[in-house]
Amino acid sequence: MSEDHSSDRSAASVRAVELTVAVLFFALGAIVAWDSYRIGTSWGDEGPQAGYFPFYIGLIICFSTTLIFVRALWAKAKSHESFVSRGQLKMVMKMLVPSIVYVVLVGIIGIYVSSTLFIGFFMLWLGKYGWLRTVPLAVGVSVAFFLLFEVWFNVPLPKGPLEALLGLD
Amino acid sequence: MAELESLFQGFAVAISPFNLLLMFIGVLLGVIIGVLPGLGGANGVAILLPLTFTMAQTPGGTTSAIILLSCIYWGALFGGAITSILFNIPGEPWSVATTFDGYPLAQKGRAGEALTAAFTSSFIGAFVAVMLITFLAPAMANFALQFGPPEYFSVYLLTFCAFVGMSKGQAVKTIVSMMIGFALAAVGLDTVTGQLRLTFGFTDLLKGFDFLIAVIGLFGIGEILLTLEEGLHFKGTRAKLNPRVVLDTWKELPRYWLTSLRASAVGCFMGIVPGGATPASFMSYGVAKRFSKDGDKFGTGMVEGVVAPETAAHAAGTSALLPMITLGVPGSPTAAVLLGGLLIWGLQPGPLLFVEQKDFVWGLIASMYLGNIAGLIVVLTCVPLFAAILRIPFSIIAPVILVICAIGAFTVHTSVSDVYLMLVFGVAGYVMRKLNYPLAPLVLALVLGDRAENSFRQSMIMSQGDMAILFSNALVGGLTTLALFLLFWPVLASLIKRIKGG
Repeated sequence: MSEDHSSDRSAASVRAVELTVAVLFFALGAIVAWDSYRIGTSWGDEGPQAGYFPFYIGLIICFSTTLIFVRALWAKAKSHESFVSRGQLKMVMKMLVPSIVYVVLVGIIGIYVSSTLFIGFFMLWLGKYGWLRTVPLAVGVSVAFFLLFEVWFNVPLPKGPLEALLGLD
Repeated sequence: MAELESLFQGFAVAISPFNLLLMFIGVLLGVIIGVLPGLGGANGVAILLPLTFTMAQTPGGTTSAIILLSCIYWGALFGGAITSILFNIPGEPWSVATTFDGYPLAQKGRAGEALTAAFTSSFIGAFVAVMLITFLAPAMANFALQFGPPEYFSVYLLTFCAFVGMSKGQAVKTIVSMMIGFALAAVGLDTVTGQLRLTFGFTDLLKGFDFLIAVIGLFGIGEILLTLEEGLHFKGTRAKLNPRVVLDTWKELPRYWLTSLRASAVGCFMGIVPGGATPASFMSYGVAKRFSKDGDKFGTGMVEGVVAPETAAHAAGTSALLPMITLGVPGSPTAAVLLGGLLIWGLQPGPLLFVEQKDFVWGLIASMYLGNIAGLIVVLTCVPLFAAILRIPFSIIAPVILVICAIGAFTVHTSVSDVYLMLVFGVAGYVMRKLNYPLAPLVLALVLGDRAENSFRQSMIMSQGDMAILFSNALVGGLTTLALFLLFWPVLASLIKRIKGG
């Protein structure tokens, strides 16, 4: 059971994530305010300049995130609370990493082939299904989507070399 | 009674075999969406929106399209209750409060009763809200016809300040979330001056951020990641709904008429003022608990504890469409997505709809009545089907949902870069949800950002930069004052608490 024990350990505390996110959002706010300042935040010939509104939006983000940052820094009670445990993070990563690969593949080999691979991979790897059940299901889902979008609703989705080979483009 | 006359014309539009078919399809899809983790009202409608593009181009097609989409929404509202009661997993945020008493009831073997009570009260809540829309919408639209830029800006201000005032937890986080939405909305070409804003030389940023992508990512992908964290086991109670149980429960329900009435009132209020269905359901549960004779037994499996949140959630979800169709200001993320649909189909949401698109508006309102009846029929008869969907293992359903989200994101602008963006929004949504940053304000700010900014700039041009224009007449002044009051409410509330406490 030692493995279970380690998966309960915290991978990151709420406080650490809270502080990081506050810094990131502050940076976002600063960028927004800076770029708006560049294009003008005052009164132009036809009313407020383009940067007028977003400039203040950026400032409010910076101000509010500072408040969140300071609060998180001071709050002692929550400092050791876990944001995500190792086991949880592992599960999330098991989904997220294949998803990133999938999304990249969509742009290269089209959505139908990559969806088939993605669903098949998940069933084999996480679901521990055999090939006999995985292949028909993964292919079936993609074929169903193809019929639904390309044939019935006339909405073209990204396609790749396989579709070109089959003359479905 | 001009409203009734218009309503009957609306029924004439809505009751065509094709539209009735769409209602049932919409509700069925909606319930499935509501039952599945990672798909909900807002992103479900967003994903299916592109499918209506061709439909909307045929004559009368916009009405059919909105009927389909709004019925998906009703279905999703109904569907959330199923997972809450049978699996103790809220399918939708607004059905969290339904788990409190719904799941204990199911554990006692009274799942059928709980489901019937939930569906029936959802129906009643929606019905009250639709009646409100029927009679209030024309008056509100008529009133809004005289609105100028300052009035509109004060309405937007009220919408956003209401979010801050009603936020649970840290109001600052609501503000940050909202401002990020505004910042994202500002990216791209400034329509007034023609200048580029926040694009930093990236051509991909020229067209700005589409809120549909944000909705699909934040709510869809973020939700799947959150669900995964809690593990993959769905341990549910089996459910069958036989007519006996349904009838017996219906006999019992009139006892809770007062609870229903209160819940409907809370729901309608929270829906129109953009609080949304989720806080409405919690608030209604709290109110019912306080007023009920059996208040202390709440949480152990009381039918009343199912009635209260479900009625309110559905009333709020429905009445959120009132400001959307009359003012063009959506009260919830799903209403925002529907509004986005109207814009894409070439309709201008707002008071003019009632003048220029009578058939469309009244067809929509009539379809709300019919759609909810269709919804009630579908959920009462198809519970075993929906419960079976939940038994599909997560290792199959999770990648399929992700594929659906990717397709949805792609079809919005037929652009692959939107699919990448969806994933980025997904991770952001996951982290923000875990840190209690509310997502609804971000989405609404992203939708309304440009229009709020334009009305602000127009007001400033009218007044030559004098902020006093926001107090220039009773209406604008009243709205602005109310908005500011709501904005500072969290600060006031904590001050009051401190004075009382100390």
